[in-house]
Amino acid sequence: MPQITKIRKKILLTFTSLCLISSSLVQANEEVNVYSYRQAFLVKPLFDKFTENTGIKVNVIFAKTGMAERLEREGKHSPADVLLTTDISRLIELQDRNLLQANDAEVLLDVIPSQYRAKDNTWFALTTRVRNIYSAKRLGTLDINYEDLADSKYKGRICTRSGKHAYNIALVSSMIAEHGSAETLVWLEKFKANLARKPQGNDRGQVQAIHQNLCDISLGNSYYFGRMLSDEKQKVWAEAVNINFPNQSNRGAHVNISGMGMAKFSPNTGNAKQLMAFLISKEAQQLYAETNVEYPVRADVMPSELVASWGKFKADDLPLETIAKYRKEALKLIDQAKFDL
Amino acid sequence: MLLASLSSSSDLFSHLWQTVLPDYITNTLILGVLVVCLTLIFGTFSAAFIVHTNIVGKRFLRWLLLLPMAMPGYLVAYLYTDVFDYAGPVQRALRYWFNWQSPNDYWFFDIRTLPGAAVILAFVLFPYVYMLARTAFEQQDQNLLRAGRLLGLSSKQSFLKVALPLARPAIAVAASLVLMETLADFATVNYFAVNTLTTAIYDTWLGYGDLAAANALASILMLLIFFVVVAEQRARAGQGHQSNRPNKNIEVIKLSFIQQCFIGAFCWILVFAGFLAPFILLIIMAFEYSDLNQLIALLPPSINSIEVSFYAATIATFLALLFGLYRRLSQDKWRMLPLSLAGFGYAIPGTVLAMVLLATFGPLDHMLNEVADYLRLDSPGLLLSGTIFAVVFAFVVRFAAIANGTISSGIEQIPRSVDLAPASLGAGLGKMLIKIHIPILKPSILVAWLLVFVESMKELPAVLLLRPFNFETLSIQIYQLISDEMLEQGALGAILIVLLGLLPIVWLNKERK
Repeated sequence: MPQITKIRKKILLTFTSLCLISSSLVQANEEVNVYSYRQAFLVKPLFDKFTENTGIKVNVIFAKTGMAERLEREGKHSPADVLLTTDISRLIELQDRNLLQANDAEVLLDVIPSQYRAKDNTWFALTTRVRNIYSAKRLGTLDINYEDLADSKYKGRICTRSGKHAYNIALVSSMIAEHGSAETLVWLEKFKANLARKPQGNDRGQVQAIHQNLCDISLGNSYYFGRMLSDEKQKVWAEAVNINFPNQSNRGAHVNISGMGMAKFSPNTGNAKQLMAFLISKEAQQLYAETNVEYPVRADVMPSELVASWGKFKADDLPLETIAKYRKEALKLIDQAKFDL
Repeated sequence: MLLASLSSSSDLFSHLWQTVLPDYITNTLILGVLVVCLTLIFGTFSAAFIVHTNIVGKRFLRWLLLLPMAMPGYLVAYLYTDVFDYAGPVQRALRYWFNWQSPNDYWFFDIRTLPGAAVILAFVLFPYVYMLARTAFEQQDQNLLRAGRLLGLSSKQSFLKVALPLARPAIAVAASLVLMETLADFATVNYFAVNTLTTAIYDTWLGYGDLAAANALASILMLLIFFVVVAEQRARAGQGHQSNRPNKNIEVIKLSFIQQCFIGAFCWILVFAGFLAPFILLIIMAFEYSDLNQLIALLPPSINSIEVSFYAATIATFLALLFGLYRRLSQDKWRMLPLSLAGFGYAIPGTVLAMVLLATFGPLDHMLNEVADYLRLDSPGLLLSGTIFAVVFAFVVRFAAIANGTISSGIEQIPRSVDLAPASLGAGLGKMLIKIHIPILKPSILVAWLLVFVESMKELPAVLLLRPFNFETLSIQIYQLISDEMLEQGALGAILIVLLGLLPIVWLNKERK
């Protein structure tokens, strides 16, 4: 059977080449492996800078779902060194599943405020981001609270992405912490009744909808405003809205973080520590501030000029652990209110 | 297993049942039925028109109708929702022309609804039905149709009463593929803000962190598909299949001018909606936003995409051929088993499949490492779960159903007498397969290979989770940009994925002439 033997040869060849590739991966030195929840193109400039400074090569896998599962299955043979996430709940999930190890480096402890890192030094915030309320320009600047999203005066005028997106779940968690489950459910139901359309798209899409006069109010993270302003097509959307910091007269605006942690079985701990120290360095924090338009977690690095122009704001000082704690409860309430249906 | 997982997470389950699950199930059923019906209408009729009528431009339409297959569903979904959305260019233009101010001033269909999702999905999925139905119609014994005509059937009747029932096995295979693809889909439906059972699987697993409940839901989904497939097989059990005497003289119905217009319009709308419109949109975006550097940067991911898809297509086709022939020629009572089992991979959402593979390969990798430790060899690392082996394996599992379906329906069309003839002439089994069965099956083998290749090029969730470091594919690049509403920057990559998907279609078309 000439055809079949050919195929068999091919399979054998493939397999041996696979073995070779993977063993060469293991043997190579001076590299650091990153599992990232953030899109590769957002973090690439940082990694390029790191490689330029240290000569250490950064290998990345980006995925939004299943990272923790992959890490857990790989166990002690996992090649991962550093994990990057975009949401506090993900970090705490990794911590809870015992997939992180402590990094006691003083550079980290010195510059990161204690509410933005784990007590056991397993995870650290890199940037903070606010869950803002965007509003149509003609409404002027609003003194608005998250609670007002349930106010019937906004009936049919609110747009949002899926209630089950991590950013919205975290917001609902903070509502539960403030008001308890029962009241939060009522808030969710009224909020849903105010929606102009079924939850859909992403945070930018909601601003586009305001620009097109489909709604007046939307929820969105702070950095999207900056990134839309620097996009040719999306600039007009962003110019149609104001960015508001909610709950300024009471507990403050809901803040989430992007962060990092060292993998429990990191094979290159030295390089991992170097990378983590780099990401918190002034140089990297400035890059975060400028290119990603986020709030650097270091107090001595200023946000970009644009972000600074939005003014100072009061942030909710609810511990991040509490937000993660109410995550499942929040998800249940969102289901119960049939928010997405 | 189902019961165990149900009871272990009964709290979460009853919560879901009381809140969103009934809606999800209803949505899933309606979506499945709508998509299957629409693809059957689109696919069967276009195939019949191409084979049995003298429609203008037949030579082009014949393969143009295959093109939507090269379009990834998530891409088409993104483009259409973007275009027809309230904030999209179509509604914007209408508002501008008619000076409408708000959504209350006019009515426009809402694309982000269940019917919207069903129609768009049907536009991308109908080529499965079209391709298998067309092959079936072309290979039919035309004498049967002529006999029907001689017995006084009109051409319409002879199509409905003879040709269509004869093509039913092939059409049924295609329909079940479409159904599985629809049910396992998450990304596409997500753009339409439609929640299905797959949404629930994702929520329970990733949101609530309850793998057991997610497994239970996935089992329900597969049970659903199992019933449909079995019911269909039962319904056509005992039906004999025609002898295959390929007849080149297919009788062609001469159409009047009016008929030509209608039928031509039908076929062109399918080509336009499923392929041309989204493709043109991509090209416009690419012209506005792309440059040469982007093109060069696309080279490595393209090579990666082609590499894994090539392996997956080759292995899946080979296995399908092996199992198909085994089922045909063996007397073993379990001969049906491998094929029936392999079929369900297609219904598993990619992310769930990736998790299952990690759970399987993880421990194997650990064992390999321990053995290596024991033998004092270098630790091989994650040989199975950390290399493209896992990706290729996932593709093979996920798309085995496509290869199996195509090759089995090819095998079914070989008359039983062919199996016996060489034996009576004293030829051995191996020789018989190589000299007779495989040459007869060549078109089916090619189709199977092509389908798996194109599907693998487009696949996203499994490769996203299973890939090794720095292993970008075209689909991953597009996804990253889409998820930040920046498809414009990725338009070039999207065009490339479509073009690469087209290559095998064009090549296949040549081959079959």
